[in-house]
Amino acid sequence: MRIALLSDIHANREALSACLDHARASQAEHYVFLGDYVGYGADPDWAVSTIMAYVERGATAIQGNHDAAIFSRRQQMNDTAQTTIEWTRGRLNPTQLEFLQHLPLVVEQGELLFVHANAWAPDRWGYITGPRDAGRSLQATRCRITCCGHVHSPQLYYLSATGKIGEFTPVSGVAVPMPRPRRWVAVIGAVGQPRDGNPAASYAILDDKRHLLTFVRVPYDIDSAARKIGAAGLPLSLAMRLEDGY
Amino acid sequence: MATLWRVTRPDIELPMLMKVPLLRHGESPATIVGFEAEQAIMPRLTGPHVPYFIAAGDFDEPFIVMERIEGSSLKSWLDQLPLPSDEVAALGAKVAVALHDLHRQHVIHLDVKPSNIMLRRTGEAVMIDFGLARHDHLPDLQAEEFHGPIGTGAYISPEQIQEIRSDPRSDLYALGVMMYFFATGERPFGDPDRVREWRRRLYRDPVPPRAYQADLPEWLQEIILRCLEVEPNKRHDTAAQLAFDLQHPDQVQLTARADRLRRPGVLQGWRRRWRKMRTAPPSASPQSCARRLARAPIVMAAVDLGEGMEPLADALRIAAQRILHTSPGARLACVNVLRVSRMRLDEFEDEQGQNRHLQHLAALKAWAHPLPAPAGGVTFHVLEATDPGGALIDYARSNQVDHIVIGARASSSFRRFLGSVSSQVVAEAPCTVTVVRSA
Repeated sequence: MRIALLSDIHANREALSACLDHARASQAEHYVFLGDYVGYGADPDWAVSTIMAYVERGATAIQGNHDAAIFSRRQQMNDTAQTTIEWTRGRLNPTQLEFLQHLPLVVEQGELLFVHANAWAPDRWGYITGPRDAGRSLQATRCRITCCGHVHSPQLYYLSATGKIGEFTPVSGVAVPMPRPRRWVAVIGAVGQPRDGNPAASYAILDDKRHLLTFVRVPYDIDSAARKIGAAGLPLSLAMRLEDGY
Repeated sequence: MATLWRVTRPDIELPMLMKVPLLRHGESPATIVGFEAEQAIMPRLTGPHVPYFIAAGDFDEPFIVMERIEGSSLKSWLDQLPLPSDEVAALGAKVAVALHDLHRQHVIHLDVKPSNIMLRRTGEAVMIDFGLARHDHLPDLQAEEFHGPIGTGAYISPEQIQEIRSDPRSDLYALGVMMYFFATGERPFGDPDRVREWRRRLYRDPVPPRAYQADLPEWLQEIILRCLEVEPNKRHDTAAQLAFDLQHPDQVQLTARADRLRRPGVLQGWRRRWRKMRTAPPSASPQSCARRLARAPIVMAAVDLGEGMEPLADALRIAAQRILHTSPGARLACVNVLRVSRMRLDEFEDEQGQNRHLQHLAALKAWAHPLPAPAGGVTFHVLEATDPGGALIDYARSNQVDHIVIGARASSSFRRFLGSVSSQVVAEAPCTVTVVRSA
């Protein structure tokens, strides 16, 4: 089955539509959303309803820290993030709020684990930014392949039978084989706010039968997404970083 | 280890080979990882320099079916060594062309040696066994599976010994070892088994090939010893540039390497060791093959030196300069076509032809004189042909040219009548073509 993996949408309508169009054209049969549907972007209402519609048709959706922040003040967020969370709260209707609140933190599907940040403490939102974090996450699950987001830069980690962990920065459009018995952590990168210097939206397609993972970069209408952030009165730095990809 | 089977299928005419790894209990993990690498890399390669890929199994039932290349590997040549220099150069050029084709497809072979090279009936070298190869768009599984360097003792490059597997010039080093062996009958560093012994090549230069074969030409020693430089930056930038040198011995720039007859003393080795201890090891950042190749293209300027062509030749020089400016490792090949009639009638005409050839060569050098010398060097070639367009295209193809710069004459009745050389080149050339017009 070809599974489209989309993470960190951050209320970016233009980026999400472009990725969904691309996934459809690439014959994706199943959709997994890895969290952070809101925050930073100007279209939380559209983003959440779109994901709700996909979930109704069988897609899987995980809760991210920005989704959780709508309900809990426990998280330490930076000022910009906090500002947009406050703004977002007023833009969502009760059904949407309820949807976000009841999303699972982790979903296991055969040898696949879907989680927003990591497997060792999914509700603490620790980042996987290097091989050590990836190893820690792999130790916390029996699943062979972990798919997550949260970091906003696509990266692939793999643990060999000898216990060494390798890391690899994926190339868009190249199908990477993920052979057994190695174990893998795929950090998918962000649909709605990439931070690796490439402003194009990032998502991935996993063929779970042939064990092939293809990271994809999709150009989208950044100008409109940025303009709407300005028009909504959200911090302008959020619009600028979309254009830079940082 | 793997078993090899000849296989057939009614709907496929190509002779086929099936490779099945032996995954017995206690089998070295190298077998499995090497097979995974082949399964991942072979389907992505195309062209005459690799066996045509037909099918592969999955991870539970591993196998690869590929084209069976007739004949045996270059290993079967070993009892005929040493070979004459021109044969070594011709063979080396074929292998370099094959390696350039792999590098262009983002693959570094990393185990170039006679047993991994075959020749097609049509003459092209075919690289086989991608068990140690690396695709720079895929994770490097080998690097994570082993502790210590991976390769074949006689051929492994210094940087592979230092566990760097991302430099396409490692393949040029191994090819240098092979050419040395084929030209002298001796391996430059023996055939050591232990990694400790492999490291010796980091510090000591090999005995110059001419110490074994006094009649080995200087240009071939220059090329072989350049391949065997410990520092990849001192080797040819690309396999295409190496092939170019092997195909044009008269254009090889000779340095101190060429006439060396003894290897430098032990002192040099200690000096290198000392320097090595004081400098940081080379960075292991994966360098994209494509980026490295793009830095060092072979640029061909097709210069027309006919009468009244000066403005166009000037415009061409400016265009060439711009291209060289953006590619720091470029090599410039200045080419001019001398149109000849189909047959020479008598000796007088032959001598005239000689003179014209030299005259054109001189004019070509004068044309290139104002250009800054590119790092990859400048060479000059006067091609004698009845069909200029065809000759330029053949030249570009057989020399792995990346970019042709050519002038287009202004529209004229002459051109309408004869057809345009530049438009033929644009239509048929195997690479990028820039067409220049004068103001």
